[in-house]
Amino acid sequence: MRYAMAIDTKKCVGCSDCVVACQTENDVPIGYCRDWVVEVMDGTYPQLEMELRSERCNHCENSPCVRCCPTGASHYSEGGTVLVTKNECIGCSACITSCPYDARFVHPEGYVDKCTFCLHRVKKGMQPACVAVCPTKCMYFGDLDDPRSEVSQILKKRKYKTLIPEAGTKPHLYFLI
Amino acid sequence: MREEIIVSGRNNPLIDPQLHVWHWEIPTYLFLGGLAAGLMFFAALYTIRNKENEYKTAVKIAPIIAPIALVLGLIALFLDLHHKLYFWRLYTTIRLESPMSWGAWTLMVVTPLSIIWTAIHMKDIFPKWNWKFDVIEELIEFFKKHKKTLAWIMLISSAILGIYTGILFSAFNARPLWNTSILGPLFLASGLSAGAAVVIWMSKNHLERKRFAQLDLMIIGIELFLIIHMFMGFLASTQVQIDAANLFLGGAYTAPFWIFVVFLGMIVPAILEGMELKGFKIPVAIPVVLVLFGSVMLRFIIAYAGQASRWLY
Repeated sequence: MRYAMAIDTKKCVGCSDCVVACQTENDVPIGYCRDWVVEVMDGTYPQLEMELRSERCNHCENSPCVRCCPTGASHYSEGGTVLVTKNECIGCSACITSCPYDARFVHPEGYVDKCTFCLHRVKKGMQPACVAVCPTKCMYFGDLDDPRSEVSQILKKRKYKTLIPEAGTKPHLYFLI
Repeated sequence: MREEIIVSGRNNPLIDPQLHVWHWEIPTYLFLGGLAAGLMFFAALYTIRNKENEYKTAVKIAPIIAPIALVLGLIALFLDLHHKLYFWRLYTTIRLESPMSWGAWTLMVVTPLSIIWTAIHMKDIFPKWNWKFDVIEELIEFFKKHKKTLAWIMLISSAILGIYTGILFSAFNARPLWNTSILGPLFLASGLSAGAAVVIWMSKNHLERKRFAQLDLMIIGIELFLIIHMFMGFLASTQVQIDAANLFLGGAYTAPFWIFVVFLGMIVPAILEGMELKGFKIPVAIPVVLVLFGSVMLRFIIAYAGQASRWLY
């Protein structure tokens, strides 16, 4: 099993609903975000091109954060998701500096926090909060090992990219272009 | 033109707008750890080479600074942790892939070693010292008998400590400025230079001072060579590393790096030490303080600039 997410940059309107849904679902402390929306504007007026990306932890296959964690608090869990065990984390921030996507932050309680792919929902057969709430249905979540899953299907049909593949992290967030 | 902004208003403390999770604690520890490594390295080296009496300050007296520096460094490291009560988790696992784990275990070896070394030489430092308890006297006698073995362990572990302070940074490929293996030897050299400077400061023996001034000059030469190599490597590398190098070649850290680290921390003390060797009378404190200052600044600037360097996407 290998969970992954595909996000359609052509359908995303940048409404930030995913961000609010995540904050509500995961009780993210005020002022913090586990996911965010990036707007890229290319060219000069009137030849402009815009790309919108809803970003979060890439749940990398070769995670620098898991590698550098001195206690093993950052670990691979079900479906290759990268999680942090609260009471094993010493808050040394090594994983934060090791992440090329800046996806992690220090929770006010001291441990390091990040996107979990809403594993608690996924285990119940639901979709992650951000995916479930998206008004344009531009996000697809599922198992890459299952060729019939929504995410496998869409990645077969569409062109996509990942973020900073040259960092060698093997990210599992796909952006449809 | 390309403009990339976060439109959902992400403002995670310590991460946005620019990563800054490691403050003064980490570079302070790296300096103190490097200094302790330098002092212990020379003490071990000259014990192994049977020059204890020729270089008395280096072997017997200066190493008293090492446990003090290490304890202060450990306090700084502890202050850096955000989940402090769980710090003991470091010692319930050994994670070979994590430099931080290596560091934690190295400190576990080096700190007691530095304390033992100081204890052995307590009577050389304070002639009237009295341990009061026979058990401690016996223990110290035991260690004195095995001083050579102790010196070998110390030589290796202090070198690991010195290199690891750089490896801690260079293992992060997410920060292009740190992602160079030269940081390991560079920080080791900087620690050795700081250690040599402290020996020069504490020594009253002319020959010993001369020897360590020569050593320090050589190490400063190596440091300059490593810095030039670091920039050559960056400029011949990928765009992100070219950008990282440009932080020091016209970017925000240009003035502090070249003035404080290279000019005041290396070139000026090298010239002063060279003049001293040629027979000019130079107050010893000046080159020593400059070397220590340069060593501190090197850690601070690399730590802060590294967090400012990143991948673009």
